[in-house]
Amino acid sequence: MWTVKMEEEMHTKRLFSRIAVASVAALILAGCSSGSNSASTGGVPKVDMMKKLGAGEGQVNIVAWAGYVENGSTDPKVDWVTGFEKETGCKVNVKNGATSDDMVALMKTGEYDVVSASGDASLRLIYGGDVAPVNTALIPNYADIYSNLKMQQWNSVNGVAYGIPHGRGANLLAYRTDIVKPAPTSWGAVFDANSPYKGKITAYDSPIYIADAALYLMATQPDLGIKYPYALDQKQFDAAVALLKVQKPLVGEYWGDYLKHVASLKSGAIVLGTSWQVNINLAKGEKTPVEGIKPVEGSTGWSDTWMISSKAKNPNCAYLWMNHIVSPAANAGVAEWFGEAPSNAKSCALTSDPNHCATFHAADDAYWADVYYWNTATEACLDGRTDVKCIPYSEWVKAWSSLRNS
Amino acid sequence: MDSLATSMHRKPRLRLVALLTAPVLWLVVAYLGALATLLVTAFFTIDSFTGNVIRKFNLGNFHDMLTDAAYKNVVLRTLGIAICVTLLCSILAIPMAFYMAKIAKPKSQKILVALVLTPLWASYLVKIYAWRTMLERNTGVVDWLLRPIGIHSPGFGGPAIIIGLTYLWLPYMILPIYAGLERLPNNLLDASGDLGARNFYTFRKIVLPLIFPSLVAGSMFTFSLSLGDYITAQIIGGKLQMLGNVVYQNFSINLPFAATIATIPVTIMAIYLYLVRRTGALASM
Repeated sequence: MWTVKMEEEMHTKRLFSRIAVASVAALILAGCSSGSNSASTGGVPKVDMMKKLGAGEGQVNIVAWAGYVENGSTDPKVDWVTGFEKETGCKVNVKNGATSDDMVALMKTGEYDVVSASGDASLRLIYGGDVAPVNTALIPNYADIYSNLKMQQWNSVNGVAYGIPHGRGANLLAYRTDIVKPAPTSWGAVFDANSPYKGKITAYDSPIYIADAALYLMATQPDLGIKYPYALDQKQFDAAVALLKVQKPLVGEYWGDYLKHVASLKSGAIVLGTSWQVNINLAKGEKTPVEGIKPVEGSTGWSDTWMISSKAKNPNCAYLWMNHIVSPAANAGVAEWFGEAPSNAKSCALTSDPNHCATFHAADDAYWADVYYWNTATEACLDGRTDVKCIPYSEWVKAWSSLRNS
Repeated sequence: MDSLATSMHRKPRLRLVALLTAPVLWLVVAYLGALATLLVTAFFTIDSFTGNVIRKFNLGNFHDMLTDAAYKNVVLRTLGIAICVTLLCSILAIPMAFYMAKIAKPKSQKILVALVLTPLWASYLVKIYAWRTMLERNTGVVDWLLRPIGIHSPGFGGPAIIIGLTYLWLPYMILPIYAGLERLPNNLLDASGDLGARNFYTFRKIVLPLIFPSLVAGSMFTFSLSLGDYITAQIIGGKLQMLGNVVYQNFSINLPFAATIATIPVTIMAIYLYLVRRTGALASM
C-alpha cells in the first residue's frame, strides 16, 4: 500500500516541477522578446509633435512639484484646478514628485501625460525619448511668456521647443528666527563644522545638492576655479563632496519629503538649512517663526518647464492643461502659492499681492545673475571647458549614495 | 459541465493539473520570477545621461558595491539593527507568551491574544509617525517621561529605528512562541519542579529547547522584516540609512544598481535559512 502512495507522491512532485519549468521558460521568453528596443543612441530620439488639437479625453495625469497643482484641498482659497476641470471636462489627476530623479522615473513608466520638469530632469527626459516636442502654436498663452525663458538650453534642443516655461525661483536658506541669532547671511552657516546648531541643520536629500556645496566653494575658494556648479572636474567635485562630508555630522535630517521637512521646522528639530519658499510659507501658515533668504554667495535654483510625455494617453487634455497652467490667472496663483517668479508677463497684474513680481524679481535680470538653475551635469563640461572631463550626473548619484551611507 | 466533471473524475492527473496550475503559476511567476528578474537586472547597466537601462551583461555594479566602504557599513548597520530587533523581540515576547499560555486563565487568554493583535489593526505609517512625535528630542513624550531620571530621548537615529521596529514586529514573535508554549505539556514543568529544578533551570533546560522552533519561526519574521524595512528608517532614522533606503535611493535613477543592492538581503536571508535548517528547527516546526 505504501509503495502506491509513494509512487503517487513521486508523480505529484514530477508534475509540480514540470509546471514550474514550463512557466519559467515562458517567463524568460517573455522577458527576452520585449528586450533592448530602448537602447539609446547619441542624438535626440525622434518623437512626433502634435499637429492639431482634438477633443479632450476626459482626464489628464500630471507629475508635478508639490504646490503646482492645487485644487483647494490644501487651502480652499488656493485652487486653479477646479475651474479648468469644469471648463474643459478634463479631470486632473496629480502625482507629486519629491525630487527630479523621482519625476524622471515616474515619466519613464509612461503612465503620465505631463510633467513640471526642472532643468536637472528636462534634458534627461528629452534625450531619453520620454517627452515629445511641444507645438507652441497650440498654446495661445505661450506668446505672453518672458522671452528670456523661452528656447533655453534646458527646454529646447536644436531650435525645437520641448516645453512651456512655468516659473523660476531660488533655493533659500531657511532659519528659525526665534532660535538662529544672529540671522545668517551666508551658506557658510550650514557648512561650519563648529556650528552651534549642530544636529539641527538640514540639507536637500538629492545628488543635486552637491551643486550647493560647489556654489559655496565657488565663492569661498576661488583657487578651485569653479565657474558653474554643474560643471565640476574631478578635483572640484572631490572638494565639493569633501565639504559635504564635513557637513554630515551637523545634519540632523536630510529632507526629501517636503511635509516632513515642514513638520521638522515647526517642531524645532531642524532650525537651519536649505529650503523652498513654499515650505517656508507652509510653516508660517502653522505659526512657525521662520524666514528664508538668498545668501550672499547666490543660490542654486530652478527654472521649470511643462513637458508632455511621448507616450501621453491624453494628449489633448495635456495641451489644454499646459495652456491653462501658464495662463495669467493660474500662473499668478502658482507663483504666489509656491513662492516663485511667474513666467507669464501678464501674471504680475493678477497676483493678490501687487508687489509679488517685484518681491520675486520676475523681470529683474540682475537678481537671477547669481542663481544657478538646476542642470544635468554631463561629461562634456557645461561651462565650455574642453581641456578637462567633467563628472557626469550618474557619478553624482553614486557619490551621494556613498556619502549618505558612509 | 457534466462531462467535464466525469472526465475530471476519471483522470486524476488532469484533476491535479487543474488544481495546481494556478498556485504554481503564482509562485513561479510572481515570486520566483520576480527574484530571477531582480538577479538578472543586477548585471545590467544604465546610460549615464538618460538613465535608460542598457541590457548588456556587466559586473560593474557588483564592483562598485564591493569596493565602496559605505555599502559595507550599511550592510553591517542593517544586520546589526535586524539582530538587535530580533533579540529585543525575543526577550520581550518570551515572558509575555509564557504568561499568556501558562499563567493566565483560559478566559483571559483569548483576550490577551486579541490584545497582542490589536496593534496590527492600525496602519504601519500611523504607528511610525506616532513614534516620531513621541521620540522628538526635548518636546516628545519619551523625553518628558525620562527627564525625571536624567535621561534624554534618543532622538532620531539608530536607537529610534530599533525601538520602532521592535514595536512593529513584536506580535509576529509573540504569536509563534505562544503557540509553541501552548503545545508544551504542563506536567513537564511540574516534573522538573518536583525533581528539584529551580525556575530558571527549568526554563533553560526544558522550556527553551522545546520552544526553540517557535523562536526560530518568530525570528524569521522579525529578522527578515527588519532587514528589508526602509520606511521606519526614513521617518525616525534621522540621517541614518538602511539597506532598503539605498535601494529606494537608487531605484529611480539607477535601477540595476538598486537590484544589485537588493541581492544582499536575499543572500543574507538564504544564509540565515540555511543555518536554521542545519539546527533542525525547520523540521520540527
